[in-house]
Amino acid sequence: MKVLLRNPRREVDIDGARNVNALLAKLELARESHLVIRNGTLVPGDAPLADDDVVEIRPVISGGC
Amino acid sequence: MVAVGSKCRVCKAPAIIDLPRHNAHFCADHFLELCRRQVTKAIEKFDMLSKDDKILVAVSGGKDSLAVWDLLIDLGYQADGLYIGLGIGEYSETSAEFARAFAVERGLKLIEISLRSDYGYDIPTAAKATKRVPCSACGISKRHLFDKAAIDGGYTVLVTGHNLDDEAAVLFGNTLRWDVEYLSRQLPVLPAREGFPKKAKPLVRLTEREMAAWCIVRGIDYLVDECPMALGNKHLAYKAALNAIEQESPGSKAAFYLNFLDNMAPLLAGRSAAATDSLQSCGSCGAPTTGDLCAFCRVAEKASAHQPVPVELVLGKGRGRR
Repeated sequence: MKVLLRNPRREVDIDGARNVNALLAKLELARESHLVIRNGTLVPGDAPLADDDVVEIRPVISGGC
Repeated sequence: MVAVGSKCRVCKAPAIIDLPRHNAHFCADHFLELCRRQVTKAIEKFDMLSKDDKILVAVSGGKDSLAVWDLLIDLGYQADGLYIGLGIGEYSETSAEFARAFAVERGLKLIEISLRSDYGYDIPTAAKATKRVPCSACGISKRHLFDKAAIDGGYTVLVTGHNLDDEAAVLFGNTLRWDVEYLSRQLPVLPAREGFPKKAKPLVRLTEREMAAWCIVRGIDYLVDECPMALGNKHLAYKAALNAIEQESPGSKAAFYLNFLDNMAPLLAGRSAAATDSLQSCGSCGAPTTGDLCAFCRVAEKASAHQPVPVELVLGKGRGRR
């Protein structure tokens, strides 16, 4: 599936269906620091992902003071 | 594909978010209700706002400031926005576009100040000219201009989008140093004093993740990119440390900060020298200060006399005490 990552913005291909938590774990991204948007809709950690899904992993941490 | 997965704790509809600290999943509608409830609880517990207040929201174009503005309007408060152009290259230009679009789409009033146009400097130049880390020069500039705009505009409360993660990270840093002065001032609402407006942080019961989710569910476009000058600052390192703990023990961040407010802050009340020191007027702008010139005027004086510095020249200088 196509996965959009941010900061910096880039797209990676991840093979095989999996769920959101497994995808975050594979990419070594903390669940508390990210949201996952599947085909334009926010989805929880146990949501399944398919090869034809378009997925965005959005970081939520801001460092501004 | 057929969506299979967890259900909303309230209505059993398909969930859009899992919140481990509540040990629950929520659908969009009930997640928004949770956010409204948490903001209302913070406002009421700390006597932050009333429906009669004239509120000024400090808006950056990021998720938290747009979310708090949206939440306040949604809950029936009267709130205008204030955006400060910091001159951090493309980052600032883009953030301004998000702030303006939010205001225009909702028919809200957005006041704009430009550091470069109105005060003759920008943050990259201020960092170079004052030899401060960018976040320091930025914080001094923003705090002064927020205060000034609120007072000049007759606003009764200045609201910022500081969330639970922000406050927990600051608390973590202050605790690591046992900085009693800063700890005693780390409150979600500060009363008005001579030269300072009342300040409130209605998002202190909501996490960054929840605020980003609020924006996504509400269709609010915000600047996702991180400030290039903040990369590597201690604040981010503290947040990462707290999130590592949160992952293992959900609810730890909320307990750390909210229990501080309940159990520790009362013991520290009155320990702040800044709250009791006699202040005088800044010789240049008249703002309250302990010295002859306020911190803002010292930064502005040096930075405005300096040749403009492109943001690229000061990137990666965000490390330092917050």
